[in-house]
Amino acid sequence: MRGSAWHIWGETSFRKFGIVAAFLALCVLISILCQLQVAAGEWSDNAFLTAANLLLILHQIAVNGILAVGMTFVIISGGIDLSVGSVLAFAGMVAASFATSAAGVTPWSGDYVIVVPLAAALLAGAACGAVNGWIIARFRIQAFVATLGMLLAARGFTMSLAEGNPISSLSDGLRWFGTGELLGVVPVPVVLFLAVFALAWIVLNRSIFGRYVYAVGGNEKSARTSGIKTARVKVLVYTLAGALAGLAGIILTAKTGSAQTGAGTSYELDAIAATVIGGTSLTGGVGRLSGTLFGALIIGVMNNGLDILGVESFYQLIIKGVIIVTAVIIDPSRKQAAI
Amino acid sequence: MAAPLLVMRGVKKSFLGVQALTDGNLEVQRGEIHAFCGSNGAGKSTLLGILMGFIAPDDGEILIDGRRVRFTDARQALDAGVAIVQQELSAIPHLTVAENIYLGAPPCRRGFVDFKRLNRQAEELLASLGFAIDPKAVMESLSVAAQQLVEIAKALSHRNANILIFDEPTSAIGEKDVERLFAALRSLAATGKGIIYVTHRLSEVFAIATAYTVFKDGARVACGRVCDIDRERLIELMIGGAMAGEYVKGNTPASAPLLDVKGLTRAPRFHDVDLMLHKGEILGIYGLVGSGRSELIETIYGLHRADGGSIAVAGKRLRGGGVPEAIAAGLAYVTEDRKDSGLVPCASVGSNLSLSILGRVQHWGIIRRKAEAAEITKAIGLMQIKTPGSDQLVRNLSGGNQQKVVLGRCILTDPKILLLDEPTRGVDVAAKKEIYRFMSDFAKQGGGIVMVSSDLEEVLAMSDRIMVLRHGEAGEAFARGEATSGKLMLAAA
Repeated sequence: MRGSAWHIWGETSFRKFGIVAAFLALCVLISILCQLQVAAGEWSDNAFLTAANLLLILHQIAVNGILAVGMTFVIISGGIDLSVGSVLAFAGMVAASFATSAAGVTPWSGDYVIVVPLAAALLAGAACGAVNGWIIARFRIQAFVATLGMLLAARGFTMSLAEGNPISSLSDGLRWFGTGELLGVVPVPVVLFLAVFALAWIVLNRSIFGRYVYAVGGNEKSARTSGIKTARVKVLVYTLAGALAGLAGIILTAKTGSAQTGAGTSYELDAIAATVIGGTSLTGGVGRLSGTLFGALIIGVMNNGLDILGVESFYQLIIKGVIIVTAVIIDPSRKQAAI
Repeated sequence: MAAPLLVMRGVKKSFLGVQALTDGNLEVQRGEIHAFCGSNGAGKSTLLGILMGFIAPDDGEILIDGRRVRFTDARQALDAGVAIVQQELSAIPHLTVAENIYLGAPPCRRGFVDFKRLNRQAEELLASLGFAIDPKAVMESLSVAAQQLVEIAKALSHRNANILIFDEPTSAIGEKDVERLFAALRSLAATGKGIIYVTHRLSEVFAIATAYTVFKDGARVACGRVCDIDRERLIELMIGGAMAGEYVKGNTPASAPLLDVKGLTRAPRFHDVDLMLHKGEILGIYGLVGSGRSELIETIYGLHRADGGSIAVAGKRLRGGGVPEAIAAGLAYVTEDRKDSGLVPCASVGSNLSLSILGRVQHWGIIRRKAEAAEITKAIGLMQIKTPGSDQLVRNLSGGNQQKVVLGRCILTDPKILLLDEPTRGVDVAAKKEIYRFMSDFAKQGGGIVMVSSDLEEVLAMSDRIMVLRHGEAGEAFARGEATSGKLMLAAA
């Protein structure tokens, strides 16, 4: 059935702006709840609506946000990546093992030392991703299964690197990526997150590769018939997700000050949550990075707000679960095509 | 005269502001095989959806045997005696034939499925229809044709079904099975059932139907007995005006070879096939389903690797580089099932059209949007695609326009050779003619077309030469004017 122009406008507008409206609604709700606390005399001021807190939210979602960007590409291409949490830990461990020396080294000192841990970690992440992509494309295994294997294997790599122990006492150069600030006020992780988002947006929406990702996810057979090298697209998409997991690993290790063997456990779930809440369909071919951004923000605001309000963490989990399911239920792209 | 078995009167339905049915009327008598004709978008699917309980009407009434009925779901329609064979195959691939036939209502024994009875009943049903299918076979192991036959058997398994709807039931099955289907339909009608038969193949209307209803723009425009109408008049009613001929053929083949295939083999589908296509020529390939026609075309196009043989385009041999090499050499391929492998349904018309030529409109990997938009506009104009805009989702287009989108995507690559597999399947008579005109123009300008088709009339009308494929081997070849339906069917069996 052909839709009228109004209907198409309505559908795409809801998809574009529905998530923003939901995010704003959540912010307003939490602000109100905090304000009630102020009004009741419990608090001195609205702890949620401060510039420092809002910046903190961005800081808190940076790692998940970067993972979610990679996850968005993968899910749009019709796949899924369960291994990003483990790959994050692996890359973090790789970075740490190259950066435990000399205190006082900064990225600006011209010392090459910082480049090595960074490059090594990114490469480690990309390599894990490439292996995922190759196995999925070459052997036509379901992405769920292949990346599940990598989830376990990468965790094993992580533990083997330092024989099961964490690596602490990291160089200042590495720590800067987690604790440094640009212009004295914006945390480095936030800058990196926004930069990754901007670049990814250009690639997904304006480049040929981005169009191919949508096509492969929308209908792989049609994509192949059109001349797209679908195997190559798949390998690249998972490599990208792996590399971004590597970057996230660097940031997390830098933030916490040590590389832990258990780091990143279940992080893939939050990345998938942000992507799905943002309107990307798990069946592939449909999705927007802007949606993922707001999906990550919604999770961040929710975590932050509920923390401030003193809600116990198990309630937070329940609420998060409800939000994810609700987001998918009201997703307009789920509507079946009319006859 | 006895009360009609089915009366649908004044049915109205609109979807989000689009009026699909303005005045839906349909009357089917007992013992009738009632052809239901109309262009894509005329409202046939909507009316049938309402009859089947899938869609709720906005207005109007439905009477079965004089009793008013209202269906809120498919189960109620089934219980009231309405069964349908869908156009889109909807079998459960991992279950067996018998399980699919009795899906939802298998014979039970003390709470467990009685598989012995299930298989026996299925076997009896298939045997009574003359379909040679093993009831224990897993659905996905069957060919598309066999799956369609199972789908037909499934509809006929509902013993209390009085109104049977067949929607394009012969799109995938060969002549022999069509004969069996028609025989089954005739015997069913003789027992007093009413059969609604939806098809774009007008020859079938005159072969099997006893009555007809024509829909146009959401309303019935004509009905009557098939013996009182002829083909031209039927087409006139469907498109609202006279159509001077259903086919367009203005090309003359030259002698320069364009596509030269020698000894092409891909076990077990086909072996040792030779094929020669000249400039300006339309080569028709006719064969039953399972003869290897689609696999042959797919292998020429590079979707599969051949086991042996050679393919040369304009003298240059292809070197197994897959689809990108084929496109670069000047080949373009329109698949048999556009929903399955031709279009990206969740994407826009524009994105679908430009998918093969993005490399041409890019700069450092970034798409140049103005250039892309120009190419999309060109394709929409060339193919005369009816769409409110290039952003429209392609799945919202009619079947004919969707097919034009696939053709449009191919034509933008500037091909020398078009490989078309069932180019007018599920396309209405007006859009068909536009596609034939496009084919004729393409060949007139020196292009070559290989057309695989199971529609005998189409093959005979459009081909300069016809090659018959039989069990994976090249059979007889006919020049234009030599072939007749009879000769082709004989050669293909």
